[in-house]
Amino acid sequence: MRAARNLMEVRGVSLRFGGIQALDSVDLDVAEGSITAIIGPNGAGKSSLYNVISGMYRPAAGTVTFDGRDITRVPAHKRAGLGIARSFQNIALFRGLTVVDNIKLGAHSRLNTGLMSALLFRGRAAAEEEQLRREIEREVIEFLEIDHIRDMPVSALSYGLQKRVELARALALRPKIIMLDEPVAGMNREETEDIARFILDMKEELGITVLLIEHDLSMVMDISDHVAVLNFGKLVANGTPHEMQNHPKVIEAYIGKTDAEPTPEETDA
Amino acid sequence: MRLGDFVTDYRAGEAVLRTPVQRVWFAAFLAFLVALPFVGGQYITFLGCLVGIHIIATAGLNITTGFTGLISIGHAVLLGVGAYTVAWMANNGVPFWLAIPSGALLAGAVGIVIGIPSLRIKGLYLAVATLAAQFVLSYIFREWESVTGGVRGLSVPPAQIGGFAFDSDFRVYFLIMPIAVVAVWASRNLFRTRVGRAFVAIRDRDLSAEVIGIDIVRYKLMSFALGALYAGLAGGLWAYFFRSITPESFPLQLGIFYLAAIIVGGLGSTLGSILGAIFMTLVPEVLRAMVNLAAIVSPAAVVYVSPLREIVFGALIVGFLIFEPHGLAEIWRRIRRFFALWPFRS
Amino acid sequence: MTFLDFYEYSLIGLLLGGLYALIGLGFVLVYKATRVLNFAMGEFMMMGAYFYFSATVLMGLPWWAGVGIALGASAVLALGVERLVLRPLVGQPTISIVMATIGLASILHGTAVMVWGADQWRIEPIVPRAPFFLGDAMLPGQLVWGFGLASMIILGFVLFFRYARGGVAMRATATDPHTAMSLGIDAPRNTAITWVLAALISTIAGIMVGAMTNVSPELGLVGLAVIVVVILGGLDSIPGTIIAGLIIGWIESMSVAVFGSGVREIVPFAVILIIMMVRPFGLFGTPEIERL
Ligand SMILES: Nc1ncnc2c1ncn2[C@@H]1O[C@H](COP(=O)(O)OP(=O)(O)OP(=O)(O)O)[C@@H](O)[C@H]1O
Ligand SMILES: [Mg+2]
Repeated sequence: MRAARNLMEVRGVSLRFGGIQALDSVDLDVAEGSITAIIGPNGAGKSSLYNVISGMYRPAAGTVTFDGRDITRVPAHKRAGLGIARSFQNIALFRGLTVVDNIKLGAHSRLNTGLMSALLFRGRAAAEEEQLRREIEREVIEFLEIDHIRDMPVSALSYGLQKRVELARALALRPKIIMLDEPVAGMNREETEDIARFILDMKEELGITVLLIEHDLSMVMDISDHVAVLNFGKLVANGTPHEMQNHPKVIEAYIGKTDAEPTPEETDA
Repeated sequence: MRLGDFVTDYRAGEAVLRTPVQRVWFAAFLAFLVALPFVGGQYITFLGCLVGIHIIATAGLNITTGFTGLISIGHAVLLGVGAYTVAWMANNGVPFWLAIPSGALLAGAVGIVIGIPSLRIKGLYLAVATLAAQFVLSYIFREWESVTGGVRGLSVPPAQIGGFAFDSDFRVYFLIMPIAVVAVWASRNLFRTRVGRAFVAIRDRDLSAEVIGIDIVRYKLMSFALGALYAGLAGGLWAYFFRSITPESFPLQLGIFYLAAIIVGGLGSTLGSILGAIFMTLVPEVLRAMVNLAAIVSPAAVVYVSPLREIVFGALIVGFLIFEPHGLAEIWRRIRRFFALWPFRS
Repeated sequence: MTFLDFYEYSLIGLLLGGLYALIGLGFVLVYKATRVLNFAMGEFMMMGAYFYFSATVLMGLPWWAGVGIALGASAVLALGVERLVLRPLVGQPTISIVMATIGLASILHGTAVMVWGADQWRIEPIVPRAPFFLGDAMLPGQLVWGFGLASMIILGFVLFFRYARGGVAMRATATDPHTAMSLGIDAPRNTAITWVLAALISTIAGIMVGAMTNVSPELGLVGLAVIVVVILGGLDSIPGTIIAGLIIGWIESMSVAVFGSGVREIVPFAVILIIMMVRPFGLFGTPEIERL
């Protein structure tokens, strides 16, 4: 089943770091309402692609179109407001804050309180905060089953829970698309299944389009509608999970050819 | 632990004072503030005024440095901007209720001028820009004689409303303290909203702050300008309190005094601003008392007051950073927890 | 201003700039190794000058013994600071460490006033005072000698970093502490060495400045002006610092020529405020790209 239109289109995106071609003319379509997975070995350029999409890196060439609009030159901080949320491979939570405050921060760009009203905490500020709290409790905290930790400082949480809070923070935006960077890395089987279920629920109950980077291939194959394979910064294959399962390019990307080029160093700890 | 604290009423959940007991304590505290000059005598009233001014300035620096993670070294000179503005206006017949906000706003504007170039860059540039501003503005205070009175400075007529003049410590206390309370209350409010949260987000994680939609440069600027505004407010009150200002009134050391206050009190804690300001106001007083005591034996001891103060300020900064980085606010919280005075532990 | 004035003030400014570059080198070393802008650097200079003053004037020792004692005492001071202040703060946010150096500066300044009083003291310059002539320009002897010494020290450091084993290790620690550690480089030890080196440089600079302007607790203010130099030079670049030192020295000297010596103390600060508006990354610094 294919969704009617592409929510996001990446066209010919290239990115260099010194001598490394992190992305080499990458094309990617993300169908609205789908779960699209990006896989590929370490250093393939997956996270770099996210960084281009979210505006942290400026590509040397190519465009990113979101919701019918070319966002290649939109400043990073304005992209959240368009409905793009993401999580990070290396957890990037606000360590000095509680879980609730981290989640509230995720909603930053859809709130309006200005400095004056914030200082006085009258009118808009108070009403907005109250409503936000209510929304977050229902839509995020309950949804992700993290009520028991809501008032804890994030620095006191386990790795798995921190990853879940990152997910929660992204959800608080009420995004159109959510980009997850290895959401189950380092998790055990049970935690992984929980997250997989949440991702499916996001798509089915909340209607959010999901972009997913993940090394856990069995999970990818289980939940995604579409899989794109990156290797050395190039899109080498893409199709349904079924098509990708035994695709020679995929096997090559993971196992390598006999005369394989030297593998780039591991980037994640 | 999840006991009875499951919050269903979100208005209550977002409130600052959550329980009746807390509200009673707060009312008692306000009553104490009102009663202080009546029961405390001259010296206590003097200290009360000073604490009030320092609390405002400290709360401002804490917004910039403690909550947002931007070091400002030249906080003192921003008080100077507020103080000189007020002094000049007061001498030119502007009433205090206009002069004080003007001083605050001008300091805020100066903050924006300093902040715009330096905050585009990462990290330490603001610190250096504020350091530079400290020297350049001090120079202007000294040299722009027609406005600032040069090295002799300006004397300031008392604040006046109708026929009533705030011409004694007792009276000016009732000008300073309400403003201090409102300033602290406002800064507390700030951190219940997206604006304050954005400040903290910038401090804790620059780049992911941007990804969730925070315009980092804008918010940094807002935070620094707000801190400057608080400094200007404190400076304006300073002018009406001391009734005379000179270029020497706002030296680099005063900025370090405020840095010490936020570190001792607790970086990123409104309660910390209050505790730090009180503590730091008392330190020089205690030192002076000690040196005066020593002077009975050896009169030469008085020359040690000022270097001793510097050493103690520095040692407090270093010591708290190493041993209690969350400051007195954390100690206070621990004591409270220990005595379990509150029905709900937070 | 006549052309001769211009020429003479320019040369004096450049000589002064050499001295700034030397002090700046101390900042850059510490910054490269620890990412900390050390606000106490000027106070290290002041302490060095006082150590020298105590040895030569108070104790009547010859100059070379004074230099030796000053260097030794400064090294001990730097080691103490590293142990008591910096090491306990390892792993804390950089801003905490920077604020700790501000506290440290306050402690050192207060201590100097306690021990040596607030007065100014004269120390005998080590180098001959006789002026040099370059064409028609008359240049103060101390400044010329100071410039020569500063150049040699800076050159020595550049060569050390480029070629010596220890220098390479220190550079490695600066670029990537974790990898350096895994390669068997002792990072804490390197940090300590860096601080000691910075203190030694400050001491030499402090003695030179002290001989030119007298020794007082305010001698450390020069250090604050040099912060401007290193910021302008981009914080982590030695060539940048040298050029920035020369530029600031020149502008300072020219401003004094035009506006009188009253502006001297604020020139570097006014310059940096203006430059930040124009060229935010300094002249040579690397804009940092954070890795996600
Ligand atoms: N900020 C940066 N500076 C320099 N090189 C970078 C930077 N970010 C990424 N790279 C390089 O770009 C290449 C792609 O990195 P990227 O992080 O996108 O890979 P990835 O596919 O996410 O890998 P992993 O599965 O390990 O997370 C790698 O060679 C990496 O070293
Ligand atoms: Mg990655």
